[in-house]
Amino acid sequence: MLDYILRRVLYAFPILLGVNLLTFGLFFMVNTPDDMARIHLGAKHVTQEAIETWKREHGYDKPLFFNAEAQGVAKAADTLFVEKSLKLFLFEFGAADDGRDIAREIQTRMWPSLAIALPTFLVGLLCYVSFALLLAFFRGGALDTGGVVLCVALMSISGLFYVIGGQYLMGKLWNWFPISGYQPGWAAWPFLVMPVIVGLVAGIGDSTRFYRALFLEEIGKDYVRTARAKGLSEPRVLFRHVLGNAMIPILTGVVVVIPRLFLGGLIIESFFGIPGLGSYTIDAIQAQDFAIVRSMVFLGSVLYIIGLVLTDLSYTLVDPRVRLE
Amino acid sequence: MKGLVVDNLRVEFPGGERSLVPVDGVSFAIGANECVALLGESGCGKSMTALALMRLLPEGARVAAGHARLDGQDLLDLSEQAMRAVRGGRLAMIFQEPMTSLNPVMTVAEQIGEALAMHRRLTGAAARRAAAELLKAVDLPPERLDAYPFQLSGGQRQRVLIAMMLAGEPEVLIADEPTTALDVTVQAQILGLLDQLRRQRGMGLLLITHDLDVARDMADRVAVMYAGEIVESAPRDRLYASPRHPYTRKLFAVLPRLDRRGERLDSLPGRVPPADAVFPGCRFAERCPNVFARCRTEAPAAREVAPGHWLRCHLEPEEGRPAAANPGSGDVVASVLTPAPTPPSVESPVLEVRDLAVHFPIRKGLLRRVAGRIKAVDGVSLSIRSGETLALVGESGCGKTTLARAVLRLIEPTAGESWLDGEALGPLRGEALRRKRAKMQIVFQDPFSSLNPRLRVGEIVEEGMAALLPELDARTRRDRARSLIDQVGLPLDALDRYPHEFSGGQRQRIAIARALAVEPRLLILDEPTSALDVSVQAQILNLLADLQVRHGLAYLFITHNLSVVGYLASQVAVMRAGRIVETGETRTLLTNPREDYTRTLLESAPGRNRTRAGTGVAG
Amino acid sequence: MKPVILWSDALLFLMLAVILLLVWLLRDQESLRAPWRRVMRGRMGAASAVILAVYVGIGLLDSLHYVERLPDAEPGQAAQYSGEVRSALDALLTPLREQVEKTYSAPFATHLYVKEAVTGPDGVDIRDYPRLRHGGAHLVDPVAGFWPDVTWRGLLGLLGGGVAWGLLWLTLGRSPGSASPGRSAMWTTLLAMFCVTGLLVALAPHYHVFGTDKVGQDVLYLSLKSIRTGLMIGTLTTLIMLPFALTLGIAAGYFGGFIDDVIQYLYTTLNSIPGVLLIAAAVLVVQVQIETHPQWFETAAARGDARLLALCAILGLTGWTGLARLLRGEALKLRELEFVQAARAFGVRHARILARHLLPNVMHLVLIALVIDFSGLVLAEAVLSYVGVGVDPGMNSFGNMINGARLELAREPVVWWQLAAAFVFMFALVLSANLFADSVREALDPKAKK
Repeated sequence: MLDYILRRVLYAFPILLGVNLLTFGLFFMVNTPDDMARIHLGAKHVTQEAIETWKREHGYDKPLFFNAEAQGVAKAADTLFVEKSLKLFLFEFGAADDGRDIAREIQTRMWPSLAIALPTFLVGLLCYVSFALLLAFFRGGALDTGGVVLCVALMSISGLFYVIGGQYLMGKLWNWFPISGYQPGWAAWPFLVMPVIVGLVAGIGDSTRFYRALFLEEIGKDYVRTARAKGLSEPRVLFRHVLGNAMIPILTGVVVVIPRLFLGGLIIESFFGIPGLGSYTIDAIQAQDFAIVRSMVFLGSVLYIIGLVLTDLSYTLVDPRVRLE
Repeated sequence: MKGLVVDNLRVEFPGGERSLVPVDGVSFAIGANECVALLGESGCGKSMTALALMRLLPEGARVAAGHARLDGQDLLDLSEQAMRAVRGGRLAMIFQEPMTSLNPVMTVAEQIGEALAMHRRLTGAAARRAAAELLKAVDLPPERLDAYPFQLSGGQRQRVLIAMMLAGEPEVLIADEPTTALDVTVQAQILGLLDQLRRQRGMGLLLITHDLDVARDMADRVAVMYAGEIVESAPRDRLYASPRHPYTRKLFAVLPRLDRRGERLDSLPGRVPPADAVFPGCRFAERCPNVFARCRTEAPAAREVAPGHWLRCHLEPEEGRPAAANPGSGDVVASVLTPAPTPPSVESPVLEVRDLAVHFPIRKGLLRRVAGRIKAVDGVSLSIRSGETLALVGESGCGKTTLARAVLRLIEPTAGESWLDGEALGPLRGEALRRKRAKMQIVFQDPFSSLNPRLRVGEIVEEGMAALLPELDARTRRDRARSLIDQVGLPLDALDRYPHEFSGGQRQRIAIARALAVEPRLLILDEPTSALDVSVQAQILNLLADLQVRHGLAYLFITHNLSVVGYLASQVAVMRAGRIVETGETRTLLTNPREDYTRTLLESAPGRNRTRAGTGVAG
Repeated sequence: MKPVILWSDALLFLMLAVILLLVWLLRDQESLRAPWRRVMRGRMGAASAVILAVYVGIGLLDSLHYVERLPDAEPGQAAQYSGEVRSALDALLTPLREQVEKTYSAPFATHLYVKEAVTGPDGVDIRDYPRLRHGGAHLVDPVAGFWPDVTWRGLLGLLGGGVAWGLLWLTLGRSPGSASPGRSAMWTTLLAMFCVTGLLVALAPHYHVFGTDKVGQDVLYLSLKSIRTGLMIGTLTTLIMLPFALTLGIAAGYFGGFIDDVIQYLYTTLNSIPGVLLIAAAVLVVQVQIETHPQWFETAAARGDARLLALCAILGLTGWTGLARLLRGEALKLRELEFVQAARAFGVRHARILARHLLPNVMHLVLIALVIDFSGLVLAEAVLSYVGVGVDPGMNSFGNMINGARLELAREPVVWWQLAAAFVFMFALVLSANLFADSVREALDPKAKK
């Protein structure tokens, strides 16, 4: 078990290195720091001098991989790749282009993100799995057919419409919740309900249909026939046998996203004005602040790898056949 | 009466244009402590009958008519709720696939416990005690209670399934091909267990099987099914001594056995009709050797031709009158194969294998270091001469298929050497090895996955020629493909059709034609008939025998079926755990084995006590 | 007039040509035709195919680009061409394109959305809703004349659509053939499409059926123009993704070992980056390149097109992992199947085994994945454009439409029609794509059959 986790951690390094090389290539080699300076300085006729100053101020005035002027180890260490990319491994994210410390921003902004993403995730999973079980129980009947049609219709609607529609109905027309905004602490909850509801509705079609398909596949298996041959009632067959086995494929899809919940939802947060990591990322993209984008990419990868490990660990809980070694 | 009485059962899949009727008018009865075997080839409706009795028919199917009375109570009239109490209670069923029939994420105790809670209202410690009792009844130690199915072997899983179904103390147990997926030695144990449980508990046992020998060993009565009907049913001894229906007789006659060596097997032409077929007359008329005009227009009714012996046939109106023009199984001697295989000559062997080994590394630990080896094949030596058949016998997992693939160099052997026609194969690489492949070919077990569904039969047969015999032009290849398709007994238009249009037996013929196309000297036959019905198996074995004589082929025949070995092989090698434990001339080895393992194998084979006089010759 | 072939047009028509060629080459492969016939025999499959075909038709019309020749300043001088690239669809919709109002107006409105200083009949300047320049301009009395006019035109349009449908049915629909639920569903859907088209043809030149946007453009026109963008993203992306998914997925599964390790590393790495972020990062880079090299592009259309292609390429390069993983698993299974083993026993070369035995046996999975991906990509375009990493902001697309419209919800009265139009057009496209995908999956996937 410990062996296994250790191996996974070791395996994570080449992946994260790959991620870093990829983003480094995109942001420093395809686009040069000069391009970046030009974008930020805005005007078309920027002097080379202004560019150099901007680069110096933001620490982009070093060579990419090899510093010929430096001495000894610094030849390789005092470079952009080490400074901007490898330091991410130490979770040293540095400063954003507007000068603010990225690590601190992440620490304060992850809580609002989590406050929306976690309830959406948990309540969603519960609802979707229950709906899917309900449809699977009445499979072939009118409820099932209607439910599937509804699911397909719901999943054919762009997520943007759910947000806009939700804000319009619940915020403007019925006046239930504030349309957008956020307050720290317990005062946050009126701002959280609507994003969570919208998030839930937006995911309903896709997930319910997916889980229903999983359940139907399990229902067709031999062991289910055995369970029925024992004289078990249909609900018992469904809940004890089918659900227990369907948990395995459900977990594959679900556990891996749990760590990523910290990153929040890009669309939801920016629409509802939640000061989380999602809206942070969107703002960074729109302001073309590459330092933040790079940090978020790295953080996302780390969380994904953690998610993979968690997935494997969770298998050992639901599937007795899996033992990690 | 006590027990289960099935009367005129009919199962339908209602469809738009034509309904499928897999079971049509089936009647039989099982008394207490009685074993009835429902015998038939695949697709005859025997499993569907069982599922209908359990009221577990697949979606889309329904019972259209009939009664099934358990102690006088009609199961088909019960509400679903009442039926649940019967299911797994007074009437229970075990299934064919022990590997998938248990819930993989629940322990044995939990799975048995569910049945105990349902039918005996036992929970907690009492349930656990009862579950341990049940395990004891199926000869499993109580420690197995906490095991998960994946920790059990196939035979153990089947025992658990039986224990689970005994929890409701059934009056009648249905066993649907309970041992088909198991090795012979395990099969013998499970059958013995079922027999013992039936006697101890006075249960009725409905045994569904395709294996004549299994039915003979187990049943008091045997009912033979064909195309959804029971065509003949009689007490076991009577049926095996004097089968009356032409189909039953054919079934006996097509069995390969040691004492039929060198004879041509009788064969049953054609195939089982599809479930949506419409029959104006007798369902067997199309394939029947004794068919006459009336058979095609009038469906025969079931008549009792002797006490307890029911028959659905227009022949033989009454007891005692021998069948007209009865070929029975007596004509198996009709044609004797051309000269017995060439006498063991001084000629050098086609294939010689010495100390061949295939080891797979097991990797462990942080750095995935090789921590051990699985010795799939562990030092095997054998040799086969031209025109000779060496049978490689062993149970699943003994390494026979790995050995075959290593000989063909589809996997690289770890050690050892092999020679084909005196040329060492080991040093061959790349192009040289590729060219040598023409001389050794293989026919696989599964007729469905051995042919690419996206290619026409012609392309399949020509593939090897195109790869290995580039000197042939397209026209020559086409001509050779036509000649081969003809040799394996398929019509020439088969070349332009796709594999899915053919039955299992026909596909196996195509696979044989494909292998022969490159004129091999050695043909490896990896369980070529084990996925086929007995009647089709006979056709394929006949074909293989013909081809061997015609082309002077050497066969390496891999099988687990000892009766096929006795019929076909000149030499036998018995394999176990990667090694050959015994090898020798077939008759000697089968009648006088030296090793314990060989003896166990032989004794486990069902129907071993049968004598020729007792089986087939009609009265 | 001079035809202009944008890169995306070229790729689209190339793809169309390849598909038609494949269909023609494989036309008598019964095993390939049967599943498609099954798709078209089903009600859902046939109906959704008709709707998709209408969308594709509009998209193709919108991909035939040209530039107008400017009136010659001096005879004998080399011809000058307008910098504005138009398409066949623009030509067809000329009235819609040219009937521009001042700003917002509601569907079927005869007056502008905002008050302006207008000169009343008595010559006094008052603040009132002015009459639209084009919408309902032919009405003498916009209040009393409105309903009769709309009803009359609407009925005429319906009648026209119905008659056209009837003529089509009389020529094609009565051909003998098996009557299937799909056939009747197809004709019913066609009838509906003809009626809608008839209605629009009758009404749209005289009214703004879906209103106008902030700068007074007809929303129906904008919606029709957005279709091409959605289709492009949905199809070109898969075109770019396909070679990667196919070669890498099958190679990883078939060869195993080191090759498998490398490919698995590649896709785990790509997968580990949150999708939107990876796309955003790549699009940002492309955006900077486009912005810093304005000299690469002759026209605004060419620039927008480059950005669209870049977006497709990025979506393709980041999106191959899912299909590749599926194909890897399938190739792993197929590799052990006996017909592949038999081919190896014949010494058939790897390339040939891959082409003859692996590829044809995974094609059904590829097709299923492609149709399923299509609707997802159309939806993704909207979200990405909202985030600011979608298509060029100047390009007509559903994402840009929604983005422009959502801020106007706060107005009083609500400006809802842009959203409504985007919703209707997108929903019809994505829903029919989803239903079509379901039918295809049912027909092609042996596991989906019950």
